[in-house]
Amino acid sequence: MAERTIAWPKFGQAQILGKDTPRVYDGAKKALGLAKYAADMNTPGTLFARLLTSPHAHAIIKSLNVEPAKQVPGVKAVHVFRGVDTEVRWEGELIVAVAAERPEQAEDGLRAIAIEYEVLPHWVDDFDLAGAEAAKITDKGEPLKLTKSQGNQKKGDVEAALQEAKYVHKGTYGSAVITHMCLEPHGSHCEWKGDQLISHLSTQNVSGTAGQFAGPLGIEEAAVSINCEFIGGGFGSKFAADEWGIACAQMAKETGRPVRLMLDRGTELKVAGNRPSSLAEVTVACDADGKITAWDSNHWGTNGTGGGTVSLTVTPYVYDPPNRRRTATGIVTHTGPQRAWRAPNHPQACAYTQTAIDDLAAVAGIDSLSFVRKNLDITGRPAVYAAQLDIAAKLMDWQAKWHPRGKGQNGSVKTGLGLALHTWGGAAHAATCLVKVHPDGTVETFLGSQDIGTGIRTSIGVVAAETFGIPMTSVRVHIGSNKYPKAGPSGGSTTIGGVSGPVRRASQEALWQVLDKVAAKHSVDFATLAVKDSKVWSGDKEVCTWKQACSLLGPMGIEVRGEGPKDDGLTSAQVGGVQMAEVEVDTETGIVRMKKMVAIQDIGLVVNRLTAKSQVLGSLIMGIAYALSEERIMDPKTGRFINADLENYKLPRIGDVGELVVEFYEPESEYSRGVIGIGEPPVISPGAAISNAVANAIGVRVPILPLTPKRVLDAMKGA
Amino acid sequence: MRNFEYARPDTEAEALEFLADHQGQTAVLAGGTDLMNLLRADLVQPKRVVDLKPISSLREITAMDGGVKIGALVTLTELARDPMLADYRSLIDVVDGVRAVQVQSAGTIGGDLCHLPNCWYFRNGYGLLGIDGAESLVSEGDNRYHAILGNQGPAKFVNASRFAPSAIAWNAKVRIIGPAPDQAEWVPLEYFYITPKTNGQGNTILKPGQLVSHVWLPDPGVLTSATYEVLQMQGLDWPLASASATLDIENGLVREARIVMGHVAPVPWVAQEAARFLLGNPVNDDTAGRAADMAVARATPLSMNEYKVQLARTAVKRAVLKAAGQWEGVNLP
Repeated sequence: MAERTIAWPKFGQAQILGKDTPRVYDGAKKALGLAKYAADMNTPGTLFARLLTSPHAHAIIKSLNVEPAKQVPGVKAVHVFRGVDTEVRWEGELIVAVAAERPEQAEDGLRAIAIEYEVLPHWVDDFDLAGAEAAKITDKGEPLKLTKSQGNQKKGDVEAALQEAKYVHKGTYGSAVITHMCLEPHGSHCEWKGDQLISHLSTQNVSGTAGQFAGPLGIEEAAVSINCEFIGGGFGSKFAADEWGIACAQMAKETGRPVRLMLDRGTELKVAGNRPSSLAEVTVACDADGKITAWDSNHWGTNGTGGGTVSLTVTPYVYDPPNRRRTATGIVTHTGPQRAWRAPNHPQACAYTQTAIDDLAAVAGIDSLSFVRKNLDITGRPAVYAAQLDIAAKLMDWQAKWHPRGKGQNGSVKTGLGLALHTWGGAAHAATCLVKVHPDGTVETFLGSQDIGTGIRTSIGVVAAETFGIPMTSVRVHIGSNKYPKAGPSGGSTTIGGVSGPVRRASQEALWQVLDKVAAKHSVDFATLAVKDSKVWSGDKEVCTWKQACSLLGPMGIEVRGEGPKDDGLTSAQVGGVQMAEVEVDTETGIVRMKKMVAIQDIGLVVNRLTAKSQVLGSLIMGIAYALSEERIMDPKTGRFINADLENYKLPRIGDVGELVVEFYEPESEYSRGVIGIGEPPVISPGAAISNAVANAIGVRVPILPLTPKRVLDAMKGA
Repeated sequence: MRNFEYARPDTEAEALEFLADHQGQTAVLAGGTDLMNLLRADLVQPKRVVDLKPISSLREITAMDGGVKIGALVTLTELARDPMLADYRSLIDVVDGVRAVQVQSAGTIGGDLCHLPNCWYFRNGYGLLGIDGAESLVSEGDNRYHAILGNQGPAKFVNASRFAPSAIAWNAKVRIIGPAPDQAEWVPLEYFYITPKTNGQGNTILKPGQLVSHVWLPDPGVLTSATYEVLQMQGLDWPLASASATLDIENGLVREARIVMGHVAPVPWVAQEAARFLLGNPVNDDTAGRAADMAVARATPLSMNEYKVQLARTAVKRAVLKAAGQWEGVNLP
């Protein structure tokens, strides 16, 4: 029944919302290779760009002659990023771009460039704090201080609490730098039509990048068209136009030709973002009952030349004991700069917090699950975690499988269990949706948003189809252009709330306008009207078809705008999640294999169950990757990112991930909170959960993620 | 990728002529799974690429001299499916271990045997030895994947071939043809590989204008064999260490044994003492473990790769047990 109230369908009454909806608009296009990514754009006359990058971690460009490149057949443009006397501060830093008729000719052009460097001493070790403090590195002749305090905060009386504690544990925990490893590298295809720049940009920020082009290019923001129908991964690294995007547009302008500039794989990994590392020295204590009473930590790591590391504010992670001291130091390294990586700071903080706490549980002789349960009162969502732990334990068969640390099977292969908790916001970002209802009953939605692979296009369709009571195929969803109403960047798990609110609001208001016409025409009470299966009903009596209803709108149809976020209950924030991992460790090789992971996620109201579940599955796989195999390896000798390729930067294949079980925690109390984003939270716990499972299996803690055979064997040997 | 001339010979002799024309500045294209990477990274700069694919003699598997002759262009998939090769279990184990269907169907045995090292210093342009000026980058840099044996000279990379350990454990020979069109010679595979002292020496005895045309394996008879590769990942991944064993067991006792380790040294590493120890002994956890200890006893790990000694040891132990039919796996997927 139509009520003039903005709200979601009542619990259990939705038709499409919350069900499994496949990607009706773009799934087949992607599977068939018909989806056009920036890397696929190839309009007539397109020039292809290639990049000269620094092979040195730290150097000054002493001479640079690009003239020979311009003489190379096919070369049409040469763009210098960094000229003579410029300092390069990480390997891979861009120096020159060359655009040519063919990619090979652009490479010939690069080889023709004469460049000389004065190589300077570098520092790339992110875990050797003492070494960084002692290192004598100069920056343009001046001594360079490599360590930067990131703060020192205290709450309660840590010393007294440690003295009074029954059990005190000290340990070291950390995680290596990883990259985003977007399948489609960063880059764009730029083309000018008169004074208009048309950029096909691989971006998470369709509505927010025009100005980044306009400023440096000296043109009006209104003259910039940003397009991104599809993007092959971003994970937080694709919010900007970037210097290579501007260069692409400039070379296109200079040549009067379209230019495509995509980073090559190695450069992508070296310059287009990474997740900071952290290594923490932790002292954690509890009383005789296993209640955590004190936390004392000092961590360090790197985010590149900025001298940052993981934020103090999430330390310790999820748990907030009464007595706490936390300090951090960032190490300046000659490495590429960090960018937001799916749930910034949380995975690393989880990895050094919940491992230390699990070790404390082992010291106290309390099983991991009971220990966590005892301490839920110092978390932000005790009741939710408690309920989630029960569900997870059942799905994992925790009770039956549990054994005390290192007390499992005989033989060389050991199994183990571990768990971790996480939290996240996921509030809606700002967005406006334009909904058009045409006289024939078809609907279009327009948002300057983007589908970063999460299935947001489908989710928009779900909300519109649900609201209008029509099939998904009667809705056309338009995103991926900055010429549509503005929508926020896809970061921070803000998109699903950001778009679903405005779509619902606009659609509900449009629906009401249609039903007003129906009520007047058929002399029925508006309040009795509802649309279901493309028919308008008054109670259980069919009034007319949806198409007939829309024909009442006149030849122009209607347009309605919906905005967000609003305080009307459609969206909310703050979620918690629980994950459990079961692993098998071959103690003769140090190889860890995933047997099973269980993820229970608090999500509020589910828009599309299939895509929501995909988000969690993808998170688990990404989590397994950083827990077991992927890491940036900086060669201390050359200062180079020595495994910047897809052979030695090891990512899991489907055979590496084991059984993945995903369940949402969604009683009516959660449903009624409305839509909350969960793109990030499920990627937080895997590191700690898997590390805990490995410790449970082999009886010793492998301190640093990823848990490679080398680290596992080294830890076992040191035990 | 730089421009190059593409040549497509129909016969071995023609191939050698194409190679001779641009001596030293040619590359041989077999399956191409690695050559394309090398070309893109500008690590090889051939003026001419000679594509062997049309040469039918290089694709055949035939009986020869009390054994089987395998053309260098036989793909991994063909190798695993050919009934004549079904008893060379250690080779089939390698095909299984490659796991990537793309590499199995495009990659060739000849290409694998001649595969250049995966050493990341080499792949980043520091030459086969990973040297910058006079310094060994490997010694002082990140050598987690480098050699633990035979690494006292300037070469510290590990031989990348996955088939070489098993083939050498079978006493395989390779047929080297060229540089003259009528030149051909069979060489034990064990002596095919060299540990270079300079970047220019290469890691095999192949001279400019030569190529590997065939591999020969003796009849398996009653011998059994197995390969165990320590693979971190379930997908395409290079072994951290591997070992192949070929055994003759009569009445429960080992009469003949060959054990060869891979990915531990600049050349496939024949573990003679380990094999000798097994003679006259039964194969069990204890003897296999003791043989494995001997195989790595002289290891000289670098600054970051001591763990590989344990991996090599495990590979030998499991390869021996597996060859004797006593390895049931570690119940891993």
